[in-house]
Amino acid sequence: MSNIKRSFWQKIHIDPLFCLFITLLLGYSLYILWSASGQSIDMMQKRVIQIVLGFFAMIVFAQFSPRTYEKWAPYLYVVCIIILLLVDIFGYTSKGAQRWLDLGVIRFQPSEIAKIAVPLMVAKFIHRDGCPPPLKTTVQTLAIIGVPSLLVAMQPDLGTAILIIMSGIFIIFLAGINWRFILFALILIAIFLPIMWFYLMHDYQRERVLTLFNPERDPNGTGYHILQSKTAIGSGGIWGKGWLQGTQSQLEFLPERHTDFIFSVIAEEFGFIGSIILLVLFLCLIIRGLIIASQAQTTFGRILSGGLILVFFVYVFINIGMVSGILPVVGVPLPLISYGGSSLVVLMASFGIMMSIHTHRYMLSKNI
Amino acid sequence: MVIILLVFVLLANLADLQILNFSYYSTKSNNNRIEIIPIPPSRGMIYDRNGTPLAINNITYQLNIVPDKTKNLNEQFEQLKKIVDLTDEDIENFQKERRNYRAHRPVPLKENLTDKQIARFIVDQHRFPFVSIVKIQHRYYPYGSSLTHILGYISKINSQDKQRLEEQNKASNYVATFNIGKMGIERYYEDVLHGTAGNEKVEVNSRGRIVRLLEQHPPQAGEDIYLSINLKLQLYIESLLAGRKASVVAIDPNNGEVLAMVSTPSYDSNDFVGGISSKKYKELLNDPSKPLFNRALLGAYPPASTVKPFISIAALSEGVVSPKSVINDPGWWQLPGTERRYRDWLKWGHGRVDVLRAIEESVDTYFYQVAYDMGIDRLNLWMKKFGYGERTGIDISPNEESRAVMPSREWKMKRHKKSWLQGDTIPVGIGQGYWTATPMQMVKALSIMINNGKTFTPHFLLYKKSDIINTNQNQPKIEPSKYVENNSLININPAYWALAKEGMHRVMFGSHGTARKVYADAKYQAAGKSGTAQVYGLKENETYNANHIPEHLRDHALFIAYAPYDKPKIALAIVLENGGGGSSNGGAVARKILDYYLEGDNSAELKDDSPNIGHED
Repeated sequence: MSNIKRSFWQKIHIDPLFCLFITLLLGYSLYILWSASGQSIDMMQKRVIQIVLGFFAMIVFAQFSPRTYEKWAPYLYVVCIIILLLVDIFGYTSKGAQRWLDLGVIRFQPSEIAKIAVPLMVAKFIHRDGCPPPLKTTVQTLAIIGVPSLLVAMQPDLGTAILIIMSGIFIIFLAGINWRFILFALILIAIFLPIMWFYLMHDYQRERVLTLFNPERDPNGTGYHILQSKTAIGSGGIWGKGWLQGTQSQLEFLPERHTDFIFSVIAEEFGFIGSIILLVLFLCLIIRGLIIASQAQTTFGRILSGGLILVFFVYVFINIGMVSGILPVVGVPLPLISYGGSSLVVLMASFGIMMSIHTHRYMLSKNI
Repeated sequence: MVIILLVFVLLANLADLQILNFSYYSTKSNNNRIEIIPIPPSRGMIYDRNGTPLAINNITYQLNIVPDKTKNLNEQFEQLKKIVDLTDEDIENFQKERRNYRAHRPVPLKENLTDKQIARFIVDQHRFPFVSIVKIQHRYYPYGSSLTHILGYISKINSQDKQRLEEQNKASNYVATFNIGKMGIERYYEDVLHGTAGNEKVEVNSRGRIVRLLEQHPPQAGEDIYLSINLKLQLYIESLLAGRKASVVAIDPNNGEVLAMVSTPSYDSNDFVGGISSKKYKELLNDPSKPLFNRALLGAYPPASTVKPFISIAALSEGVVSPKSVINDPGWWQLPGTERRYRDWLKWGHGRVDVLRAIEESVDTYFYQVAYDMGIDRLNLWMKKFGYGERTGIDISPNEESRAVMPSREWKMKRHKKSWLQGDTIPVGIGQGYWTATPMQMVKALSIMINNGKTFTPHFLLYKKSDIINTNQNQPKIEPSKYVENNSLININPAYWALAKEGMHRVMFGSHGTARKVYADAKYQAAGKSGTAQVYGLKENETYNANHIPEHLRDHALFIAYAPYDKPKIALAIVLENGGGGSSNGGAVARKILDYYLEGDNSAELKDDSPNIGHED
């Protein structure tokens, strides 16, 4: 790896390989969206705008140095908490959940901001006290993670809440933690689960979990989504039914085909082969992300980029797992592929932060 | 490491779904999108012998709903109440009907929509995604009650029909059909009239809307059929019987074609199409004149003196009497060895009587003696050859035709748990006692006599549409031979037939003929026999149950007749319940019918028609 010459890519603080995989996945997303949207030109235009905004966010976030992020993390975190509180009070309700904040021009999901703010804050907090963090710091960190997660869960958006928790936990995990604590955490979760089941979860969420174990329980009701999605995937076979030829998606048997269930459209129309291609692209992106993390020179950079890329993987795993019926339907979109502006922009921003960590290595070392 | 492991979990699951269980999910996906919509065939029409339509298909509009796809069913009903005047009764019927339909199938909600209702619904259609208007063919009988007892009617397929169709492996042909023939011709020729259902294979989206047509198998319409009924004659006879409880059957003796079959009073079969209201049905059921009862096929009346020519044939053939043998009639006949006397209808007797005179003057004592000499066993055997006590085999379901009773020792033992007495035999000689017969049986027996023993099964079907198409000259292929029955009567000495017929001729034209007054000025020669049945009321048969006997005690008037005498074109049986004397009242009706048929404006049409149907003898 030659770092002597400062190439064009280095000047704009972008990792070309990482960016290539992102571009390929976004291309795939546009291709399948034409089919999944039912050939809607309007949605295609919006998607292109989302992608442009996403790239813009990535490039902008790549320009700040990691130190800036470390410095500003607490402010971002506080702003995030305030917005989440606002959403819980004034939010716009959609599908039984208060997730949106209407800003007049655009509506966006503030919970998405927490996906960046929380890992940043956690990384900064742990980094301050050195690694591995002492028990006291760990408990404080859990509180840092817990507050926004709870606010998001109250919206209620369990999927995002879980992802926010994950993003924080991964960072603690990457910072190094002793096994006794993990064991303790597991016991805590075991106690917390029934509490969550009975007091925190909404009826529709409980239904989702129940139908996961037996989708045939109510084929026209709650199990419908899972059954139709499994049918779409299964009927795709090895080679798929062909682009725009998926009967499950084109005839709208598949629910939310352009957002959460877009993977089912890919699996139906492009078959097992198309699914493998998608997974390989994701895997390449994740491996590149892990390499970036391993090359980071500060602990803050390492745990932050490692955490971000691991959360990205969790996204992918939960989404594909839920549409293919091995995880409950929790409403997690497939990153980079699903239609949706907020999550894409935030995701691209987090990629921007990773690139910033990667491309500012030498400047950082100069400063230290 | 963990990441790669988890990716493999995903891949393994995908492989399981997409490769191992591909065919399962593929079928499931096809079941989702492909729907097969059965299309009912249009029912064959029914025409009379001159091509006048008797049963046709009108188009009506029906509102259907897919209940299991509709949320808030009751809410939708409330809204529909305003738009299409949906009534609570409609909803009630719908709830009953609903069970008979498969899942995701439209269930009829309201029939016979008016143009206004349709217009209002179409404006608001978007509010009812699973409600649709379909065009259905509605059976209509233009002549209403005039032909009910012949045509019967079609009505909603009920669970019994369903079971029967299931057993006969016809259920799949009826998935889109609402109505099935329940009575009469509609029932008997159901298989001919119904046709073959077609279907459309369509692709539907998740909301059940049809996206495109994949395959189409058009239905094959049911066949049109032409009946031997002469509508004008039918309507004329009906007008003669207006207000009476009566029945007339007219057939062409040359081939057994039924020209008219009237049973009055009648009811409008149109009321039964698509289901009759229970109130209306109760009214019909409780009407003392029994309009639902088809007297021509189910009415079992004592045939009375109309049987005398047939008994004469039997007695002559058995050698019980000879053409020359004579008895003395003092006005009564005494059962040998007893004090019991049987009266003649003429108090002072007919004097010396031979067989010819016995028929002409309807001498009871002659036939008491004959019955006594023949014995019930021989009488039963012979009269069964003339079709008494047996179904005529007409093309109407056997459930709708009575055997009536030709009594025998076994019959009495079985029915009354008593052994046959000699005294029971005597009234059989004059067509009374335990003996009953339907008008159709009487006219069949008469036609056997006309044809010297050659027996045609009476029938309504003249030809089917395919019979025209399958022949070259655009003319239907009619095979009267199809309706010829084997009958040993054909071997009887022709002189006996001639004698019996001469007797019947004299009934109308002889110097002492019982009906001579009615036929005094007739322009054609005819033959006939009257009968006056003492009232037992309406002898009920097993299938139709009305428990009470009419209160009137007047006699039933009976008459059988045919004309022209030398070359018969029409044979009749007439029963006028409580109609009084057979020779005067029955004979008068017979005269009018024969006049109308042979001389009326109807005859011109008949001439045009005859080559077309080809019943030359």
